[in-house]
Amino acid sequence: MATDAPKKLLEPFFWTLFSAGGVVAALLMPVHIFLFGLAFPLGWIRDLSHTRALALIEHPLVRIYLFVFCSLPLFHWAHRFRYTLYDGLQIKHLNEVITVFCYGGAIIGTALAGYLLLSLP
Amino acid sequence: MTPHEAKGATQYTTYHPRWYRTRVSTYWWLGKWYYLKFVLRELSSIFVAYFVVITLLQIHSLSRGPEAYARFEERMRNPLMIALDAITFLFVLFHTITWFNLAPRAMVVRLGGKRVSEILIAGSNYVAWLVISASVAWFILR
Amino acid sequence: MAETIQLEVTRYSPEHDAAPTFQRFEVPYRKDWVVLDALNYIKDKLDGSLSYRWSCRMGICGSCGMMVNGEPKLTCATFLSFYAPDAVRVEPLRYFPVVRDLVVEMTDFMVKLQKVKPWIIRKEEKSIADGEYLQTPQQLDVYKQFSMCINCMLCYAACPVYGLDPLFTGPAAIALAQRYNIDSRDQGAKERMDILSQHEGIWACTFVGECTEVCPKHVDPAGAIQQYKLTAAKEWFKSLLMPWGAK
Ligand code: SF4
Ligand code: FES
Repeated sequence: MATDAPKKLLEPFFWTLFSAGGVVAALLMPVHIFLFGLAFPLGWIRDLSHTRALALIEHPLVRIYLFVFCSLPLFHWAHRFRYTLYDGLQIKHLNEVITVFCYGGAIIGTALAGYLLLSLP
Repeated sequence: MTPHEAKGATQYTTYHPRWYRTRVSTYWWLGKWYYLKFVLRELSSIFVAYFVVITLLQIHSLSRGPEAYARFEERMRNPLMIALDAITFLFVLFHTITWFNLAPRAMVVRLGGKRVSEILIAGSNYVAWLVISASVAWFILR
Repeated sequence: MAETIQLEVTRYSPEHDAAPTFQRFEVPYRKDWVVLDALNYIKDKLDGSLSYRWSCRMGICGSCGMMVNGEPKLTCATFLSFYAPDAVRVEPLRYFPVVRDLVVEMTDFMVKLQKVKPWIIRKEEKSIADGEYLQTPQQLDVYKQFSMCINCMLCYAACPVYGLDPLFTGPAAIALAQRYNIDSRDQGAKERMDILSQHEGIWACTFVGECTEVCPKHVDPAGAIQQYKLTAAKEWFKSLLMPWGAK
């Protein structure tokens, strides 16, 4: 049988980003949401002042951390959301639009995170 | 090349009796808890993305000065936001748990020729999670 | 009078029916009877025209898979007592075209199985005089779990991705490909990767995981597919970093 030339797909690349994002989200997100989404707003713990928050984010390592924290989970979302729309709603014919929307969103979010973190004082 | 291969995998034998085929309902995931759990697991990613957006907004307000940051904190205190964040927290926790439980199935670790048990790997994932969460909290609050 | 149990069985005759219907049968209820025993009772005593597949009645041939109360089951290993006193509904295996009554058409699976080359591939065969390919117990242990598959196709009936996209290679075929990939005697991993790294191969899988739940032989096809993805991703990055290394 003549094997059709194996296409170089981007799937392994996006799957790796999905997995890495899944790990980041699983390990880091709960504590962030607990602090910034619940504990601070509800006054369980006293809010971070602007000065304190700025001081924290000053360090380049913290910025890299935040970049990873924002970027990879977006690719995690893109992958899962794409498949959910694809299988769950059976809208296979819109496949291209969905793919562009999901990965486009993740790329824009990543660029935004990079821009914001670089432009910080 | 067999006739099947020529026509692709969905082609069956050349002689066709009248088969009955069913279609999968769009709501296939509603009937069974296991499938519903799967869909909820996948949907948790929406909340993951949502919180990334919140974080980006926070960084943005941080860069625009103390007033902007205060406004951000004020908006986070809105009861609707808190409710949304509580739901987000639950979904992300669900993601964490399902992720750690499934990860050892994808990653086979062998020690001394024997496969390390899944419970052990998942367990060490949870320990790492607790340690990292505690360190992150300490770093922010110290 | 002896106890009985109701069976609701799918009937479909391609010559007469536009769609399947259910027929109710009342069969004796015996604690040691499995669903297949009840079907055999119907065929012997009540209606000889009922069609279904079976052979070994000991969970090894993989031919008696059907939907029992909506779940893919080996009917020879599913006891009536699990459902009694309620009625038991028996349907043909989900997602496959129905040929007649409880019999499904499985060419699709057979074609896919063959496509992934589930046999040992050698670059150069040893001559018989050179003896056999030796393997240590540890090397056997690596793939043993995946080699337990009996091709019963229960995992396909459990897989919504296969239902939605019939082109998907599916759980058992991928698990069997992986079984040979990680066999120390095999050298065909590259060949299989070319076939399975297509979208319809491993990447269509979303790790629903139900295939593993229903597998009567604890093959864990879902795990096999994720392990395969991991290998594929590693290969992908390797070929990116060292394009000359890929042949
Ligand atoms: S993997 Fe399990 S469920 Fe699937 S065909 Fe093999 S034995 Fe049956
Ligand atoms: S009859 Fe052989 S597996 Fe059930």
